[in-house]
Amino acid sequence: MIQLPCPWCGPRNASEFTHHGEVTPRPDVGTATPEEWRRYLYFRQNANGWVDENWYHTAGCRRFIRVRRHTTSNETEATR
Amino acid sequence: MSRHAGGKRLGPQQGEVIDRRTSFEFSWNGKPVNAHPGDSIVSALAAEGERVFSRSFKYHRPRGLLTASFHDPGCMVQVGDEPNVRGAHRLAEPGMAVSSQNTWPSLKFDVKAINRFAGRFLTAGFYYKTFMKPEFLWPTYQNVLRQFVHAGEISPDTPHDYYDKRYAHPDVLIAGGGPAGMSAALAAARAGASVMLVEEEHQLGGHLRWSNPGAAAELTAEVAATEGIEVLTNSVVAGRYDQNWIAVAQRDLSHARERLIKARARTLVVAGGLIERPYVFAGNDTPGVMLSTAVQRLINLHAVKPGERAVVLTANESGDAAVADLERAGVEVAYVADARKGEDVVRVHGRKSVRSVELANGRRINADLFVTATGWTAPTSLLNMAGDRPVYSPTAARFLPGGNGDDSVLATGGIAGDGTLDQLCEHAEAIGTEAARRAAGHRYHQLAAVPTRYGGKLSKPRGTAATLPELGVHEHPELFRASTHGIVDYSEDVSSKDLHFAVKEGYDSAELAKRFTTATMGPLQGKLETINAIATIAEATGKTIAETGTTTWRPMYTPVSLGALAGRIFEPVRHSPMQRWHEQHNATPLVAGQWIRPDHYGEPSAEVRNVRENVGIIDVTPIGKLDLRGPDVPKLLNLLYVNKWSKLGIGKVRYGVMCAEDGVVMDDGVTGRLGEDHYLMSTTSSGAARVWEWVENWLQTEHPDWQVHVTPVTTAYASINVAGPKSRELVSRLTEGVDLSAEGFGYMQVRTGRVAGVDDCVLWRIGFTGELSYELHVPASYGLHVWEALLEHGKDLGVRPFGVEGQRILRLEKGHLIVGQDTDGLTKAWSAGIDWAIKLDKDDFVGKPELVWQQENGDGARLVGIQPTDGNVVPPEASQILTKSGAIAGRITSSRMSPTLGRSICLGQVDAELAKPGTLLTVHLPTGAKVAARVTEHHAHVDPEGSRQNIDTPPAKPRPHATPVARGPVAAGRKTTTIASWQVDARRSSAGLRIADHTLLAKVGVRGRHDGAIAEALGTGHGRTIRDNGSAVVVGSGPGEWLVLGSPGGQDKLLSRMRDLVENTGEFGTVIDQTHGRALLKLSGNHAKDLLAKVCGVDLSDAATPDGAALRTSVARLVTDVIRLDDNGVPTYLLHCERSSGQYLFDALLDAGAEFGIEIDGCPTAPTL
Repeated sequence: MIQLPCPWCGPRNASEFTHHGEVTPRPDVGTATPEEWRRYLYFRQNANGWVDENWYHTAGCRRFIRVRRHTTSNETEATR
Repeated sequence: MSRHAGGKRLGPQQGEVIDRRTSFEFSWNGKPVNAHPGDSIVSALAAEGERVFSRSFKYHRPRGLLTASFHDPGCMVQVGDEPNVRGAHRLAEPGMAVSSQNTWPSLKFDVKAINRFAGRFLTAGFYYKTFMKPEFLWPTYQNVLRQFVHAGEISPDTPHDYYDKRYAHPDVLIAGGGPAGMSAALAAARAGASVMLVEEEHQLGGHLRWSNPGAAAELTAEVAATEGIEVLTNSVVAGRYDQNWIAVAQRDLSHARERLIKARARTLVVAGGLIERPYVFAGNDTPGVMLSTAVQRLINLHAVKPGERAVVLTANESGDAAVADLERAGVEVAYVADARKGEDVVRVHGRKSVRSVELANGRRINADLFVTATGWTAPTSLLNMAGDRPVYSPTAARFLPGGNGDDSVLATGGIAGDGTLDQLCEHAEAIGTEAARRAAGHRYHQLAAVPTRYGGKLSKPRGTAATLPELGVHEHPELFRASTHGIVDYSEDVSSKDLHFAVKEGYDSAELAKRFTTATMGPLQGKLETINAIATIAEATGKTIAETGTTTWRPMYTPVSLGALAGRIFEPVRHSPMQRWHEQHNATPLVAGQWIRPDHYGEPSAEVRNVRENVGIIDVTPIGKLDLRGPDVPKLLNLLYVNKWSKLGIGKVRYGVMCAEDGVVMDDGVTGRLGEDHYLMSTTSSGAARVWEWVENWLQTEHPDWQVHVTPVTTAYASINVAGPKSRELVSRLTEGVDLSAEGFGYMQVRTGRVAGVDDCVLWRIGFTGELSYELHVPASYGLHVWEALLEHGKDLGVRPFGVEGQRILRLEKGHLIVGQDTDGLTKAWSAGIDWAIKLDKDDFVGKPELVWQQENGDGARLVGIQPTDGNVVPPEASQILTKSGAIAGRITSSRMSPTLGRSICLGQVDAELAKPGTLLTVHLPTGAKVAARVTEHHAHVDPEGSRQNIDTPPAKPRPHATPVARGPVAAGRKTTTIASWQVDARRSSAGLRIADHTLLAKVGVRGRHDGAIAEALGTGHGRTIRDNGSAVVVGSGPGEWLVLGSPGGQDKLLSRMRDLVENTGEFGTVIDQTHGRALLKLSGNHAKDLLAKVCGVDLSDAATPDGAALRTSVARLVTDVIRLDDNGVPTYLLHCERSSGQYLFDALLDAGAEFGIEIDGCPTAPTL
């Protein structure tokens, strides 16, 4: 199991967190076309490399944190 | 001096591990066997002259001792109910019932040994090819082949054994306790590292135990005398995972069969030594063919004479040492064939035992023992798991580490290279020192990142990276196979001939040939056979070994029992404060997620009728409840619910539906406004955690500027729904300070007041059942008191409890949908039949675009009320609804027999064109039958106009009632006492490790900015605890989140003190009484830390988690605040979790603490903090 560097609690086992997936900006509700909206809902980069992700520290500080993670090596860096 | 005829026990040996002072008996295939403490099962048998311990997998050939270690393929036996016990490793115990496995009808005469003669037909791939066609015979093949299955037997009646689990955070974890492992451990510990030294065998020492017992004892004593080294013997490093997450299986503990240690090591040192490899020649699996290390083990460790007349084939010092040991033990060494001088073996003769040895020089020598010493295999698996690719060295005739793995993993000892004992120890010391240095670097960064330490400055670790020394390799001859073919994989019965055949069939790479022949795939997983297999494949393909490459080693390194992997079972459960009452009143339990709820007490239909006619009470504590405070709450509600919230008056309640961004219904519930900036939101029982996370997500990531504080209070309140025409009468008998008249407290309103003498109760007038009803939210510790008061004071009204099933019937009669039952993962809001609630004229709400488009297209299903034409038919839920042409057009989502109407009623989803009231539907039952049903006018089958909830009966006058009693979440013992209206356990314990329920302490939650004026006024932040001048303890439980603890009964004072403190700062903050919402357990004693390390994965060392530390983590898989508050130097922890799981946490800690003699303590009359 990998550890995630929680910026509030320090390194903790990934099992304490809930993965909220890649960071995807929310389109403007007033102007979004169905295509743009569904791209926001369903499309992800799924890159082999560095990815920005949202994680929730469910069993810890209960803060949403942003983690930059390399999807093959699992190297991580986090920001509040 | 032998006690039996055929006895092979030698006189005392310097390195022996047996205790000759006592002996005991166990049984082998029903016959008694004598053993000394320290004997392995097989060494005791060998001492009595046994030579055959099992039959081989495919050919059922007799098998004896080969390696005399854990990895001995011929020594797997059945012990009682336990199959596949490594007989050459497992210590004999008095009374053990050991039997041979894989034999029928007996070990001596095995019918299936006939396969031996069929051997030339049973080549690799035989089963794949033979039992393939015709396909209809597969079940028959399966039955026949099952008789030939390898391994022992498991009885389905075997009782559950106790398995354990533990977390560890060593600086340096060392796999292998031989001379290199011990030297590395000593060096690392001397450099200040905490070391975990793991040895697979029963003693430290590795090969020194038989080659140099004096040196082994000396090093072992030095390890024992050095601080900071935890030694685990009979334990194995089973796997290495990302970021040095290391699985260690610890075997045969006094309190558990096996224990899995999950270690997060800062550095890992792999010092597993070398494994002697067998030699491939005809008859190489005959009992009496042994490796040189096996002979040395038997003689030196177990004082067992391995044979009477020996021939030795030696290519190295180990073989030479075996010759010396054999001679000393009185074995006649008939011939020593020196492979370094080109001598070789051709075959051994004999079936159940070696009779003679045929050498390449043409001599045939009578002997009962043939010893080979032809080289080594480096078990590089842990290095491979860290990314290293091993490289073949023709000089060393084995694979060596490639040196390209993770830098938190180092190797020393025989795996790394060859050398004298001094050279190996010197190398290991350098590696140990470097491992400690690297660990210190990791440690520094970890400590710098945790908020739980004292404020003091961390000193950066000193020392610079050392150039890692290298061990050379000695020259070893590349001896893998003689001129004849023999067994390569003993556990799978794969011969070198099979591998040649596989290559001929086209499986010409190591990975393919391995899978085709199953070589290296048996219980030994390649530890003995990999290099011989690769050498044979290389030979057959005409490539070099380096070109052929090795197969990939994966975890586990050795088999670990499923019990150990499962460990102690952590499955949090949640109970309402009335749970014990439900149990005492024969409630049938319903498991709903983590909650255990009463499904029904008697006949559910009678419970329903009583609600419709009189009054019923139901425990609805699991309903999710979120306390929302702040000026921006209406913005939040407008964003998350599909309906409008801006104009909700104080004292009013509104029903709301939440959708996800795809427009799919996610949750529903009512939210009431209790004060100017104070709201209480309810969610579905199963959705409580999800909705809380959802709310936090929107607040933290999209709208961090909004001033809203969310506090989950689901279990802070015991929730009781009082429903029925007589509910006003009942509730008013117990309520003070609230006008309960129909005009004073109308439908969809909320009040706060005093119920049965309990202050701060929240009363909602809402109705899931369709009756006049009040939902009482009572501070949880008083839940049972109020529940009992309602039953007591409603006797004359006919009050009876009802369960979840009764409530489900009632709500279906009323047509209320249940999210997740009447909706699914595709049900958008327009499909849920809640059109009236969806307000598309709001600028934004979650899921809005999809709902705009759904409305434009008019697509999707519709939720409708349905009644079968024949009211006696209750279509099972999920029955399909068909169109005239027979296509599926929907399904029944809920169905019950209605006790009120005396007919079946349903809710169902149907295609929009079938949703018109009156439409005739065809319902396809699971039986295949088709019944007619009609879409009803409303969802509600009973009282669609809603008049029942508006009956206008006058309220009663409040009556005198019993004095409120508060109870903690943990069941108290027989003797109780009362402290500040709390009923607490009166027993006291002075045990070294104690656990007590201290829930009665006043608990107040404070929220504010993590770096603002409130933080400054409270004097501490996230991660640290202080005592404030008002004798309270302030715990920094989260970023911008505090828990303030005070003495029992003092919550009101504490609350107002904290409110003043927050107000004085002028910052937006929230103060909430959490006394009833949380369980607080106190764990104290010198082993408290060890206990927590069994249920909690966080580093609890003094450096990371000193006195005064506060952190939230998972304890026994439950989210728990761990607060360290030492009591006069005795390590003490306060554990704080949701009240509903208090009993679960208490029980989990008691279980984990059993090995340390934990006792339950009561509560002192004046608990101090």
